[in-house]
Amino acid sequence: MTSPATPQDRRQEPEAGLLSFYASPIPIRPATLGDAIASEWTKLRSVRATVWTLGVMVALMLTVGVCTALLLAANDTDLVGEPALVLGFFGVLLGSLCVITLGVLTIGSEYSTGMIRTTLTACPSRVRVLAAKAIVFFSLTFVITTVTATVVAVLQTLILSGAATPSGGEWALSTVGVGFYIAGLGLLSLGIGAIVRHSAGAITIMIGVVLLPLVLALFMFADDLRSVQRFLIEYSIPNQLSALYGTTMTNSGPSGWEPLLVMLGLVTVALGGAVALLNRRDV
Amino acid sequence: MIEAVGLTKRYGAKTAVDDLSFQVRPGAVTGFLGPNGSGKSTTMRMILGLDRPTAGHVTIGGHPYRSLPNAPRQVGALLDAKGVHGGRSARNHLLSLAQLAGIPAARVDEVLGVVGLQDVARRRSSGFSLGMGQRLGIAAALLGDPQVLLFDEPVNGLDPEGIHWVRNLMKMLAAEGRTVFVSSHLMSEMALTADHLIVIGRGRLLSDMSVTDFISANSADFARVRVPEDGPEDRQKLTAALIEAGGRVLSEPGGALRVTGLPLPRISDLAHGCDVRLWELSPHQASLEEAYMRLTQGLVDYRSSDDAKAGLVEPPPLDAYGNPLGGHADAPAEPVEVPQEGWYAPPPPAPRPAPAPAPASSPVAEPSRPTEPAPAAEPSSAAPAKEQTSKDPR
Repeated sequence: MTSPATPQDRRQEPEAGLLSFYASPIPIRPATLGDAIASEWTKLRSVRATVWTLGVMVALMLTVGVCTALLLAANDTDLVGEPALVLGFFGVLLGSLCVITLGVLTIGSEYSTGMIRTTLTACPSRVRVLAAKAIVFFSLTFVITTVTATVVAVLQTLILSGAATPSGGEWALSTVGVGFYIAGLGLLSLGIGAIVRHSAGAITIMIGVVLLPLVLALFMFADDLRSVQRFLIEYSIPNQLSALYGTTMTNSGPSGWEPLLVMLGLVTVALGGAVALLNRRDV
Repeated sequence: MIEAVGLTKRYGAKTAVDDLSFQVRPGAVTGFLGPNGSGKSTTMRMILGLDRPTAGHVTIGGHPYRSLPNAPRQVGALLDAKGVHGGRSARNHLLSLAQLAGIPAARVDEVLGVVGLQDVARRRSSGFSLGMGQRLGIAAALLGDPQVLLFDEPVNGLDPEGIHWVRNLMKMLAAEGRTVFVSSHLMSEMALTADHLIVIGRGRLLSDMSVTDFISANSADFARVRVPEDGPEDRQKLTAALIEAGGRVLSEPGGALRVTGLPLPRISDLAHGCDVRLWELSPHQASLEEAYMRLTQGLVDYRSSDDAKAGLVEPPPLDAYGNPLGGHADAPAEPVEVPQEGWYAPPPPAPRPAPAPAPASSPVAEPSRPTEPAPAAEPSSAAPAKEQTSKDPR
């Protein structure tokens, strides 16, 4: 060291030599991804935002889904051979906004409170932290969305007993498929939240991602833009979501399980980018 | 053991940490001092792998933090930002950290007891006072029972009891053989807690030495000399003799003289030589606060505009020492008045060479500085000096 005070060096050496390093009596075991998942579950269940956003989502899906079915039943409207499952779409579309918010907040609140520094000190592996967050959040939203969508679908089918009987594939798509899609949308939000590191900004971006393609397509009247308009409509998130219910605004575009593949691609890109940035960036 | 080598961090054009090299040894509390914005927190974050150094590296036990095996069991940290989600209870906050690090959940209640938060463990931390938040942060740092502990401003917002507790905690942790690295800008606190000091200013290392060495190397120890009140001519005679012998003399409001640059026996000899009786000849050691302010003066980034200190740290006008005619030897017989506040700012360490390699900034201005007049002599005498410093409005 550059210190001119040599006497202090003489004094320090024996001092440091005499003392052995401290060793904790608590057994040390390496932390794993499982530990991180347990930690993220504790974090997610211990804040009110989780209960609120998911509660609002469930409420929206139930009320909107059941009310539409009841309205249609009261008016004796003919569903022209469509299964009643289609009606779940409106509630899910509204509920997706809650999932977006929760997805962003899962990582965004860590940045806004400074908790991220504590977290990354307790676990220096950025990949593990992000993976644990993604797994916990995805599992929770998938289960809740799937269960709620199933309940709504059953209720609607019961209310509108005159509609066409849905096939097994249609049932799967409008329950499990929707669950996957919405949870995927939440993961995309989580990835964007990790990239943007600002809750309000990330939520705004995600709402834009959901709504803007349709809004933009509305204004594309020119013939030259016809293909762009078509693409925007087909791949807009509401349209892909409704594709899971078997109805789309156009005749082409993703159908069946394809929207899930598109979402998987988006999520991979967003989370991959988030990991790369987290590893490189200062916290 | 924390070791930084050539650590540098730049944010655009601003250099927050500049070529910082130091070691933090186990078994001692190492204080990390610097004015606001001097790069303490940035350094702490780089140690923890949260910020990436622009150049250089820092290791803990030989590993960079991010590749440290079982990092949370080896290093615990309290960072200045609270780092807590306000909506989560204290217990859940700690539980999530314990789970993340693979620490048994029973340890959570243990550390809650250690910091005294067990009664509010299930309350949401947004309702916590600054001091409670600080205790929660300390609990998080202790969670892994680590060998290396970093605390960024741990006593911020704590009540006197809490400060006392933190002080003892640090000492106890160090006595167990741990490495304890504490940043602070509270000099008085560090004087009581730290064994070793690392001082930085504008991101550069200014000093790296033990607390006692730091004080004696950076402050002006002085001797208080009092002559009988009935002989003003004795006073003048002695002053002239002291100045001639190479000492510096300031007059205190009470009539005593402050002498620097001469050992006590020499002062006594000189007084004897010019036949002056002494009523008092006592050694005084400057407080850590004084030493620190002297060292970092000019390196303070954020200085309040109503700056009472500027008048204090300014060197006494040069011509006051020398004589208008020029020679140092034949100085005025009447010594300069000590500034009113009784705060003696020793002559500045000459024009500081701009990129002052740290400890070179020790008292350059006193080349003929003799061996210290028994620094340990009078512990009680240090107290008034400290009281005076604490009057500083900052």
